[in-house]
Amino acid sequence: MTATDGAMRSSVGTPGAEKRGMNLTLRIWRQQGPSVKGKMVTYKVTDISPDMSFLEMLDVLNEQLILQGDDPVAFDHDCREGICGMCGVMINGQAHGPQQTTTCQLHMRSFADGDTIDVEPWRATAFPVIKDLAVDRRAFDRIIQAGGYISVPTGTAPEAHATPVPKKDSDAAFDAATCIGCGACVAACPNASSMLFTAAKVTHLGLVPQGQPERDDRVVNMVAQQDYEGFGGCTNIGECSASCPKGISMETISRLNHDLLGALRAGARPKS
Amino acid sequence: MTVEHAQRRTPKVAKTNSVFKKAVMAVSGIIMVLYLIAHVVGNLKAFSGAEAFNSYSGWIRTVGNPAVPGQTTLWIIRLVLLAAVVAHFWAAVSLWRQAKRARPQGYVTKKAVAQSYASRTMRWGGVIIAAFIIYHILDLTTGTVNAEGFDSTPYDRLVASFQNPFVTIFYAISVILLGMHLRHGIWSATQTLGQSNRRREKTVSLFAIGFATLLTLGFLLVPFSVLFGLID
Repeated sequence: MTATDGAMRSSVGTPGAEKRGMNLTLRIWRQQGPSVKGKMVTYKVTDISPDMSFLEMLDVLNEQLILQGDDPVAFDHDCREGICGMCGVMINGQAHGPQQTTTCQLHMRSFADGDTIDVEPWRATAFPVIKDLAVDRRAFDRIIQAGGYISVPTGTAPEAHATPVPKKDSDAAFDAATCIGCGACVAACPNASSMLFTAAKVTHLGLVPQGQPERDDRVVNMVAQQDYEGFGGCTNIGECSASCPKGISMETISRLNHDLLGALRAGARPKS
Repeated sequence: MTVEHAQRRTPKVAKTNSVFKKAVMAVSGIIMVLYLIAHVVGNLKAFSGAEAFNSYSGWIRTVGNPAVPGQTTLWIIRLVLLAAVVAHFWAAVSLWRQAKRARPQGYVTKKAVAQSYASRTMRWGGVIIAAFIIYHILDLTTGTVNAEGFDSTPYDRLVASFQNPFVTIFYAISVILLGMHLRHGIWSATQTLGQSNRRREKTVSLFAIGFATLLTLGFLLVPFSVLFGLID
């Protein structure tokens, strides 16, 4: 007891006497540009704090690369709070890594000292690599443009009680609305399908009164757009939902299918 | 920022959307499942002896007589099934190719978090099941590859076929693959036709497992009874 206390005190007293950080081997996808062939390149980082986020660890690597005169690794990031959906890389074969969260909210304590970590960009025809780990996710924007909106005059907020929404529906709509469009569903899907993303939007707007006028056209046009962008088809495997940082459920996909088949029966066709 | 895209292959405006293809897959699958239920019930007639089995087989060929002549009903069933098989196959190949186009370059490291063995083997499992069905028809319906030949009774062909352990093992593997195909298929069809939700998810999953297991066991009963001499 006393001996341990003594040992601890001495280690606290002399910081830096021993390395307490993690030493890691990183294998990172390096690709100069969209039309250049890429490859995995191995790097070493030392003395990484377990409390760092995965992105901070990449920042450490990039500082090291810049000091060596090398090109830093390009990766997307913005809020680093888990709400913007910009960051997102494949870590050891899992979208956003071993925790069901965003890459920025993944901490190095999820790894062990001495680990080798593979880092790759999302891979899908519809998400072409811009550089290294950064991909172009504008295909998602175009799916939203195809119908992920409601056409209402904006202005003063209306009286909240004017349009009642059942609690059950508003809860389900809000669950779907938590989608941040990070693309993990596409990245994790064996078919590179964007079904969970599109389904989240269709569910979110289809459950509230404001979304009703455009409900049929919305689902038909958004599905047509996602096919056009070159995403794969859904086979209900469930990798998407299990990798989603917001835990969007497979139920949304069933709802999209239900709405789509109904809309097609009602004669709705995608605008060309 | 302007980004110059690498040779980006996007299909022309999809004439048939991917969800419609999935619906075709689901409906044709349901038709085949209904047939399989009738099929397994018919198989169990083998336990009632040669006469009952053969007369059942004869009845299938003359259902509806004399209202409809000859084998009309049988051929209608065969044509509906053939159409279902073709539609199922078309949708599967089409979605398979779409998936290949959607990710031409795979991951160096990819770990599955949710997929089951059944969902992973849908495509190749389906191909193996299709190959089995062709052999199965040549063996037991036409007798082309059966030791008893096509002059024999259905019961004789059944016994001759399953006395061979290799045939029984091939049959067992195919039927187990079919069971797994159905386990994922039933769940997937429910999703595709928009009939699933969070509340039903568990029930649908349990039903799919129960149904697939029961059907598989039903199909395995007769061949193994022949192999172990309970039917001869």
